[in-house]
Amino acid sequence: MSQSTHVPHPDLPPPSASTGVIGWLRANLFSSPLNSALTLLGLYLIWLLLPPALNWLLFKADWSGSDRSACHGEGACWVFIKVRLDQFLYGFFPAEERWRIQLSWLLAVVGAAPLFMKRNPLRMPSALFMLFAYPLIAYGLYTGPLFGLPLVETSQWGGLMLTLTIAVVGIAGSLPGGILLALGRRSKMPIIRSVCVVIIEFWRGVPLITVLFMSSVMLPLFLPEGMNFDKLLRALIGVVLFESAYIAEVVRGGLQAIPKGQYEAADALGLNYPKAMGLIILPQALKLVIPGIVNTMIALFKDTSLVIIIGLYDLLNSIQAAAVDPNWLGFATEGYVFAALMYWVFCFSMSRYSQALERRLHTGHKR
Amino acid sequence: MTASAVTPGITDKVMIEMKGVHKWYGQFHVLKDINLTVQQGERIVLCGPSGSGKSTTIRCINRLEEHQQGQIIVDGTELTSNVKHIEAIRREVGMVFQHFNLFPHLTVLENCVLAPIWVRKMPRREAEALGMKYLERVKIPDQAKKYPGQLSGGQQQRVAIARSLCMQPKIMLFDEPTSALDPEMVKEVLDTMVSLAEDGMTMLCVTHEMGFAKQVANRVIFMDRGEIIEQNDPQTFFNHPQNERTKLFLSQIISNH
Ligand SMILES: Nc1ncnc2c1ncn2[C@@H]1O[C@H](COP(=O)(O)OP(=O)(O)O)[C@@H](O)[C@H]1O
Ligand SMILES: [Mg+2]
Repeated sequence: MSQSTHVPHPDLPPPSASTGVIGWLRANLFSSPLNSALTLLGLYLIWLLLPPALNWLLFKADWSGSDRSACHGEGACWVFIKVRLDQFLYGFFPAEERWRIQLSWLLAVVGAAPLFMKRNPLRMPSALFMLFAYPLIAYGLYTGPLFGLPLVETSQWGGLMLTLTIAVVGIAGSLPGGILLALGRRSKMPIIRSVCVVIIEFWRGVPLITVLFMSSVMLPLFLPEGMNFDKLLRALIGVVLFESAYIAEVVRGGLQAIPKGQYEAADALGLNYPKAMGLIILPQALKLVIPGIVNTMIALFKDTSLVIIIGLYDLLNSIQAAAVDPNWLGFATEGYVFAALMYWVFCFSMSRYSQALERRLHTGHKR
Repeated sequence: MTASAVTPGITDKVMIEMKGVHKWYGQFHVLKDINLTVQQGERIVLCGPSGSGKSTTIRCINRLEEHQQGQIIVDGTELTSNVKHIEAIRREVGMVFQHFNLFPHLTVLENCVLAPIWVRKMPRREAEALGMKYLERVKIPDQAKKYPGQLSGGQQQRVAIARSLCMQPKIMLFDEPTSALDPEMVKEVLDTMVSLAEDGMTMLCVTHEMGFAKQVANRVIFMDRGEIIEQNDPQTFFNHPQNERTKLFLSQIISNH
């Protein structure tokens, strides 16, 4: 019996995925008759739409000037946006106090920057600053008296500044609120569970516009005489409660997806409920539902414009208001395009950030 | 019918005592009058057909399941609904699961140090030294920085054992620790368990690895339909089973292996 020695097959590099541009085109755009037809149709549509769009937006647009006489009417007249930009950004915030808003934005960018970078020693301080110090600083800057600055009433807040304020407060408030409601809804204690179910189902069942309307018009009727607090604050509370209900259901979905074994392992190690939740269950559940949470937050960001119902002028509403100014009649399109661009930039950034976060938190292979 | 030979390493101290324990899932009577005394240093193997209540029995010991009648006393503390007592017992009782149940969002070392830091309040540095010690013990210190998802089943189960040992428990419970493993990985996990037994750990293992039972157990318990049918030293248990159901079960196990 002769013994054959086995020579292991050498590891080969994988075949190169594409053979140049032609190969890529053939594989992705012209792989079948249907695919080819769709590709050609797509190209035709681009040829049809793109040049006029670019002409209107850029090449034939008016950029310089300070009133409507600068607009020639062939393309967009961005002069309208330029002239009204301050109002779009800061609402009716007094011009000489606008540095306070700019400073708050600068602080946010600088303060949060380490959170968006790769692992670095400043992450923790930055997170603590943004969580605890920043809200107080921003509050002080916006309202004034806390830092000995002149008072600016919330009725003067507006534009992008108001949009961001409502969105950030809504997001920052509804995340912990939603998590608590979700945990409560899964509690073994019937009273806590029922209370959470009622809160969630109530707030999820009413439209946001109704919530805002109630907070502004109805709530004062129920409050005792003389006790009347800020309209914006009431709206913010309404938004936070409303969004908490949505976040709660998203988070609950994540909690349900965590295998029972994780709870059991945490219990078996002697971790009590808060530790098991905070160290084991929530980190995993929240990671699972990042897409859902960001989805809710993007929706919230755009829904902030509903505050028009209670007479607040956020970004969209102040653009709309400017567009009916007799001096600038007929430039609403430019206004809406600008609004769309602003909303898109913020929402797209949130989306990208969430994707980066998911990638960073990904550990090992999924099975 | 208990083990007659006095096996070295076993002391008089009673670690677990179950007295007349009954449990129901709804209408289903899953544990029927379980009486079991485990002394310090004993290595007990629990076997029986699927659904006979083996898992439920050991899960009652650390209160992953609640018994409705009878008494369970672990290391001198009775299990009641007193949360402080339950947490105290869980600190002293380690458990290894069929599906490992490692925490996938934490590295191997973080899995190990989590409970010592948060439950035992051990300084991180000390906990990490301890974690590395037990990872060496289960022979995978080089995987400390990896995530569980990057390890093989056998490695994951050894991490799970190390994670339990980091709490320096007095009792270890194993619930079919090798059932979810590919055959070539069963041995590495069993070897770890054998070495643990040799160190005198009090162990209660649900397993169908009869080789393991013969090698390390000082008592084998057979359960069927929620009852303890027979218990004996491995020699007697395997060679001279008393009960018909035990005989049937053993014949099935042997024909399968
Ligand atoms: N949470 C549960 N609810 C209802 N029945 C259960 C539950 N867990 C286990 N059982 C039932 O109890 C019986 C015993 O289960 P178990 O202790 O897991 O058996 P073993 O581990 O011996 O296979 C089985 O019939 C099983 O279907
Ligand atoms: Mg079982």
